[in-house]
Amino acid sequence: MIDIRHLTKRYGRTLAVDDLSFTVKPGHVTAFLGPNGAGKSTTMRLMLGLDWPTHGEALIDGERYERLRHPLHRVGAMLEARSMHGGRTGYHHLLWMAQSNRLPKARVNRVVEMVGLQDAAHRRVSGYSLGMTQRLGIAAALLGDPPVLLLDEPVNGLDPEGIVWIRHLLKDLAAEGRTVFVSSHFMAETALTAQHLIVIGRGRLLADTTVAELAGQAGSLEEAFIRLTAGGPR
Amino acid sequence: MTSILLSEWTKIRTVRSTVWTLLPTLLFSPAIAFLAGRSFSDSLAGRPRDFDPLFATFYSLTLGQLGVAVFGVLVIGSEHSTGAIRSALMAVPQRGKLYLAKVCAIILVMLGISAVTAVATFFAAQAGLGPHKVTLGADGVPEALIGAVLYLTMICLLATGLTATLRSSIAALVILLPLLFLGGAGLGNIPQIKDFAQYLPDQAGMVILHLTVPDHPQFGRDYGPWTGLGIMALWTLAALLGGLFTLRRRDAVH
Repeated sequence: MIDIRHLTKRYGRTLAVDDLSFTVKPGHVTAFLGPNGAGKSTTMRLMLGLDWPTHGEALIDGERYERLRHPLHRVGAMLEARSMHGGRTGYHHLLWMAQSNRLPKARVNRVVEMVGLQDAAHRRVSGYSLGMTQRLGIAAALLGDPPVLLLDEPVNGLDPEGIVWIRHLLKDLAAEGRTVFVSSHFMAETALTAQHLIVIGRGRLLADTTVAELAGQAGSLEEAFIRLTAGGPR
Repeated sequence: MTSILLSEWTKIRTVRSTVWTLLPTLLFSPAIAFLAGRSFSDSLAGRPRDFDPLFATFYSLTLGQLGVAVFGVLVIGSEHSTGAIRSALMAVPQRGKLYLAKVCAIILVMLGISAVTAVATFFAAQAGLGPHKVTLGADGVPEALIGAVLYLTMICLLATGLTATLRSSIAALVILLPLLFLGGAGLGNIPQIKDFAQYLPDQAGMVILHLTVPDHPQFGRDYGPWTGLGIMALWTLAALLGGLFTLRRRDAVH
């Protein structure tokens, strides 16, 4: 369960996130939608304690991320921005992350298998394709077998096979009772994967609804999204 | 804390390009020390020994320290430039703890590397000095060896702290390399600026390495060997605290 309360982030004169409040519940995939520059990645970083909010807070199971001890057991996250050292192998990237949170080596091998990186795990990350980097990022998110997952644009760079793979993975993780929060700007993919939607524009909440309800109003999710974001904040 | 320390050790040893920066220190310090010893020995042949053989012994560290400084920069600077810092903060959001673990891992690595370098440099120099050599137990030698280990370790930590403060490898190198190059060339001996320059971190550490001449008006210092290391330690601590302050205060992204 993720609880966002009056979350606000100002960079100089720009208000990137503006008094955002919503809740993400376990058991289904929640998509986080918004046009480019809407504040999705900033919100994700605030949730993970990477940036400090100007006001408000983001709580994960009632706690702020920076209060979590061994957070990989509680939250698995993948950012859109590159967050690994190219000179290290994928295996070693996962190994140091696992060690920092007292996770066994066996868990590293397990997530490498889960994302299908066995052949590339012992090569340096600088030689990875975008799709392989995404898979490594997902492996890192799954390391601690966490009940909460935050994934920023996980479909980026994946081939059609990879897209189908991640769709099933996300649905399975949610079906196991986890909280799955996924940002995306692919409407068709979102319609197939998510049940719940959080839509933001210019840092503000535009909609907090279900996919069926929003798509039902406008005929398609894409059409509904364009109408919603073109109108600006309600 | 031990788990974070283990993870920081894994981070250091698994990036080959960073580890390689220590190789020049390990190889060139003894090699240059041997050549320096030889050249001193040759020029002093047949004359009475009125020079300090430890000057010839540790002079090569003024070059060897460059590799250590670059290591200290890259070990933290590459986390910022590659974005790996974001993964690090997600794994360990307690920023002070993460930073402390990293600094401890660097200290452990550097004490080992510095000890090997100092001992190898000492014996290489004595081999070069031939008849002018000193033994391990001679007056001032143990002190100078301990000093060399602490000196190299602190140069590395100074580089780490400065890089963490500035969050940029390039900015840190722009400050460090001229400082250390000019320092090795005798910045602290220039009369016009000596009052200030002798208190620069590397200059302060040179007394215990016998790279200064006690009581000499130009090549001497206004402080002793251990006070010098103390001055160096204050600089190092300031740089490390600057890094901690930056890390705790700022957003992780640029």
